[in-house]
Amino acid sequence: MTRTRRGWLAAGSAGVAVVLLQPWAARAEISPALQAAIDHFTSGAPVQTGRVTLAVDAVVENGNTVPVSVSVQSPMTAEQHVRSIAIFTELNPQPEVAVFHLGPASGRAQVSTRMRMAKSQNVIAMAKMNDGSVWQHRVAVSVALAACLEGE
Amino acid sequence: MKMAALRTLLRVPASARPGEVMEVRLLMQHPMETGFRPDAGGRTVPRNILRRIEARFEGELVFAADLFPAITANPYIAFPLRATRSGTLTVTIEGDNGLAERETAVITVA
Repeated sequence: MTRTRRGWLAAGSAGVAVVLLQPWAARAEISPALQAAIDHFTSGAPVQTGRVTLAVDAVVENGNTVPVSVSVQSPMTAEQHVRSIAIFTELNPQPEVAVFHLGPASGRAQVSTRMRMAKSQNVIAMAKMNDGSVWQHRVAVSVALAACLEGE
Repeated sequence: MKMAALRTLLRVPASARPGEVMEVRLLMQHPMETGFRPDAGGRTVPRNILRRIEARFEGELVFAADLFPAITANPYIAFPLRATRSGTLTVTIEGDNGLAERETAVITVA
């Protein structure tokens, strides 16, 4: 197969575009600190995907204040409820953001707060049920202006 | 120098029907200094954060939160609470440098 110079240029720029658009979030960055924080939260239970919804913008302008909300599908009865909800980040200096403790008195499994993000990265919300099972939702968030966590 | 008391806003709905799930909102005026940031001289500014929040309704623990440096300055937390009867919601806040504060709100269920 022969290509014209224009053809090669087009193919080349397509290749560059593919590399540039490669979502950074496709790589899971599980640092030892994050793994330790997750293990501490799960008490060794396997982490399943589902039941948790992490509501956060995919693109945020200001990493100093990122509104986040986590809700979990649960009837929140004495027999069946969410015990805790944790928020982790993959690339902040410290992986934990917050751990919330709920129960049947909550009536609904939903918490909101505002967090800092040092760079574009995945944010992970995990919920631990009263039966010990752990569920998660992972969201890639792009940050335009990073939080000055490390004095950048 | 005595540290100024933590300014805290604890908001609950004016009234709720029995069984209704309310949203309790808590806003605290605090720098949440991360402990990762250097000052102008290059020295790390010591960590100064709020670490633990507990909410009790008539003495029963109904919500708690462990906070880390990634929570923003002037932390905002909203959490649910099912209205059962009228009573007092007491929120205690613990932080670095011996910070310990308490805030209450009256919940009216009718």
